[in-house]
Amino acid sequence: MNKSTLVLLKTLVWAACLIPAARLTYGAITNQLGADPTLTITFMSGLAALRLLVISLAITPARQLFPRLSWLIKFRRLLGLFAFFYASLHLFAYVGLYSYFDPHTMVTDILKRRFITVGIAAWLLLVPLAITSTTGWIRRLGGKRWNQLHKLVYVSVCLGLLHYWWQVKTGVLSPLGITLVMAALFVARPLLDWRKRRKVANARAA
Amino acid sequence: MLLRKPNPLDGSDIPSSEITPQAEYQRFLKERKIHDRRSFLTGAAAAGAAVLGADRLTSLLNPQVSVLAAGKLQTVPSPLSTHGEQLTSYQDVTTFNNFYEFGVDKSAPAHNAGGLPTRPWSIRVTGLVQKEKTIDIDTILKLHALEDRTYRHRCVEGWSMVIPWAGYSFSQFIEQCQPLSTAKYVQFYSYFDKKVDKWWAESSIDWPYSEGLRMDEAMNPLTLLTVGLYGDVLPNQNGAPVRIAVPWKYGFKSAKSIVEVRFVSKQPPTTWNDMAPNEYGFYSNVNPNVDHPRWSQKTERRIGLPFYAQRRETLMFNGYGDFVASMYKGMDLRRNF
Repeated sequence: MNKSTLVLLKTLVWAACLIPAARLTYGAITNQLGADPTLTITFMSGLAALRLLVISLAITPARQLFPRLSWLIKFRRLLGLFAFFYASLHLFAYVGLYSYFDPHTMVTDILKRRFITVGIAAWLLLVPLAITSTTGWIRRLGGKRWNQLHKLVYVSVCLGLLHYWWQVKTGVLSPLGITLVMAALFVARPLLDWRKRRKVANARAA
Repeated sequence: MLLRKPNPLDGSDIPSSEITPQAEYQRFLKERKIHDRRSFLTGAAAAGAAVLGADRLTSLLNPQVSVLAAGKLQTVPSPLSTHGEQLTSYQDVTTFNNFYEFGVDKSAPAHNAGGLPTRPWSIRVTGLVQKEKTIDIDTILKLHALEDRTYRHRCVEGWSMVIPWAGYSFSQFIEQCQPLSTAKYVQFYSYFDKKVDKWWAESSIDWPYSEGLRMDEAMNPLTLLTVGLYGDVLPNQNGAPVRIAVPWKYGFKSAKSIVEVRFVSKQPPTTWNDMAPNEYGFYSNVNPNVDHPRWSQKTERRIGLPFYAQRRETLMFNGYGDFVASMYKGMDLRRNF
């Protein structure tokens, strides 16, 4: 891929990632965030974070399946950081709009409300990943250790999905779609790894 | 995107620019009281015509209340109405709904409930009654004078509204049903048809929606058989054409679009209590001292206020303790949540 194509694609991905933020901003200015703007802001930012995390996790399987798409890796950091941005916005909505920055309310929630407990845990796990996302940190940690550390994103996504399921009323199936996609990715990783190993083994045998 | 056909029954034929702001609604109520007084003076025979005509006249003289004058319900004030609260706007009351048959998003019912066939409509009266029967909506509308009843509405999810309903005490309806003395509970069934409620599979609820009240709760004058909102017929998304409003309980106890009222001897199964008995009790009285397992019920957020002013203390029995607390004397409300 030549440089100008890459720049163009990156611009497009940036624009796509900014759509939820743009919709929220536009809605806030034009007073179109619905009857409960607090809920709209919290829900849309949380959903954007989960979706971007899942998309970023689909990149490796996609590359393994279609080697011609290996350039997709150039977009993973961007997607991951945008996911962190929306997760932080989501947390900030909770801290400001729901808790009015009241530490007592927040501590009680974190201790007593399991959906908030796992939500906070999911965000905390993303923090070291966002910090070490730079090329400098990859070099400092070394590829292997960096890769191991960044496996934490799977834990974070699982906690995020649990947070979603525990937040909705029992029986509400809204989180089902994204959970199924995530489950498919979970199965795809080991399967594709296994296929790769077998190919390598076959190649050696031949 | 499908565009919904304007439907005069749910007000979707009214451009949003004409939807009533609450200040105008208050003025409307005030003006109508004046008309009511005048018609009282002109004698009983002229009264009906005068009230009807007065509303039309108002629309001619004062274009600002034209939409209100189009309201199809003639209502009278009620001493059981809640005062001193700022009404939640018509816009918010009709676009923020939990009506899972029409989708689980709060904004979904306003888009999806257009197909609810509100005419013809009737309620089946079944179970422990002298004689099972069917009462049609026109009879229901005429059973008793329709009252303006503003109630606080507290959702189990932690948000609240203040809603001007129209209807009459459900006890009036029960009288028509002639229940037997063995009837200890009333069960409500909501309308359900997979062809209309196409969004039913967005949750794993065992449809149709069902709710229930103890007989004394059902007979409590606050329990409102509700047919209107803001002086107009109920919009579909708010449970047209007839629903129940039980203001001291969490919102889900107030079944929408009722097609059957069943009198039974034992506590009936109810939808949310069946789904998660540890989270949604049969009683589900608003109670700031009993948390939902996943969130606190101490406070609530009032819809429609700026976010910094939304949070408020939740009141025991949603502030209706004077009317209802005696029914629960001696009961452990922590266990019977």
